[in-house]
Amino acid sequence: MRGYVPAYEVKSPETLTEALSILQAQPGKWKPLAGGTDLMVLLESGVLENRNLLNLQGLKELTGISVSPAEITIGALSTFRQILEHDLLKTEFPLLAAAARSIGAIAIQNRATIGGNIANASPAADSPPALIAHDAVIELVSSTGSRRLSYAEFHQGYKKTQLATDELIRAIILPRTQADTGSNDFFFYRKVGTRKAQAISKICFAGRFHPCSPGNLRLVFGSVAPTVLRCIQTEAIIQGGGLDLKTIQKAKDSLTRELSPIDDIRSTAEYRLRVSLNLLEDFLILARQKQSHVELGS
Amino acid sequence: MSNSAKITISCRINQRPCSFETYPMTRLIDLIRDDEHFTGTKEGCGEGECGACSVLMNGELVNSCLVPAVQVNGADIITIEGIIRENKFSALQEAFVDFGGVQCGICTPGMVMATVYLLGKNPNPTEAEIREAIAGNICRCTGYTKIFEAIQHACGKLGALQ
Repeated sequence: MRGYVPAYEVKSPETLTEALSILQAQPGKWKPLAGGTDLMVLLESGVLENRNLLNLQGLKELTGISVSPAEITIGALSTFRQILEHDLLKTEFPLLAAAARSIGAIAIQNRATIGGNIANASPAADSPPALIAHDAVIELVSSTGSRRLSYAEFHQGYKKTQLATDELIRAIILPRTQADTGSNDFFFYRKVGTRKAQAISKICFAGRFHPCSPGNLRLVFGSVAPTVLRCIQTEAIIQGGGLDLKTIQKAKDSLTRELSPIDDIRSTAEYRLRVSLNLLEDFLILARQKQSHVELGS
Repeated sequence: MSNSAKITISCRINQRPCSFETYPMTRLIDLIRDDEHFTGTKEGCGEGECGACSVLMNGELVNSCLVPAVQVNGADIITIEGIIRENKFSALQEAFVDFGGVQCGICTPGMVMATVYLLGKNPNPTEAEIREAIAGNICRCTGYTKIFEAIQHACGKLGALQ
């Protein structure tokens, strides 16, 4: 049943400074509201517990995608539409562009923001695996200053993040160093849901491979652990052993140990594990083909 | 439970200036239907899954059930009634009828809005682009093929008119 709409109070600050001072004055009281595509669903089903919302819509400081030689900075209020239509993001950070395109459908992509997707901290969110595979950095801001941390460290457990009660996500920063290695990077993003659009992931996978730089290998899964998970042990097996079938089998054994999928309303642990192993194998076999093309100089 | 204060929201719906005294988390679809009586916009699921409530907000396709009033201030909203007034899309509407793309009719306004949004960005869409454009609109009657064919046919016609 829908929540009681008159009970919800909303503050709409006009500047970031004003928003941050509200958060600092009453820690934990005000829940940020961005595109509303998650919070309005909670309100509709009567489970939006926080009755005090901070409408971020007017905060220009959190908008825009800017490009410098070293990095691309995506303001937290950027919508997935803005992300998936950004030419440079499409070419240099294709995992993120693919994730953006897989979220909901067009009307959702036009409203849903990257900051909201991150702050909501669902283990089934579609953009976090892509962001981790791209070595994203997150910038948090409060009245006392701002800090940057590796996005891979931001999610600490089920719905648990490093965001303090007086902080907002200001931006996601993507380092363009990987662009130096150019066209040889192989990217692979797959979302497996009940249907192609308007589905929440049963499993989501972002993979990145570079034939000449084994250190660039990233294997990141969503929906198979309490939080989005980079599988470092499995990466190490490939980095040490290459892409022959025996090593790929070892990688699959390792992945079985690293993931901790569960049964829930969307899928079962057994299905999630099986599909994750299949996705890993598909990715590694395609990566091997990519590698042999590079070795043949084609 | 105490009520929060009502706020004043000003916006334009189908070119008409509107002003509402309402609660900040009132849904845009309720302003459109209950206050302005533009009942062409339908509510299917109320949670952003079905697309029946699709409208254009500042030119962007949105689910009006997921937009709180507090974020509508100053916005320009176009509903299915606003599309009908522009004769530009009559070929699209006729195609929906001719190809059997309208059956129970609940999804139709949203399907038309999604198509209008697509054609505004891309007057000559491919098959895949049409399918992606309406992927957020659920129909339980037609099996989608009739809707898809209607849009394809209308794209050809609308293209020929330009």
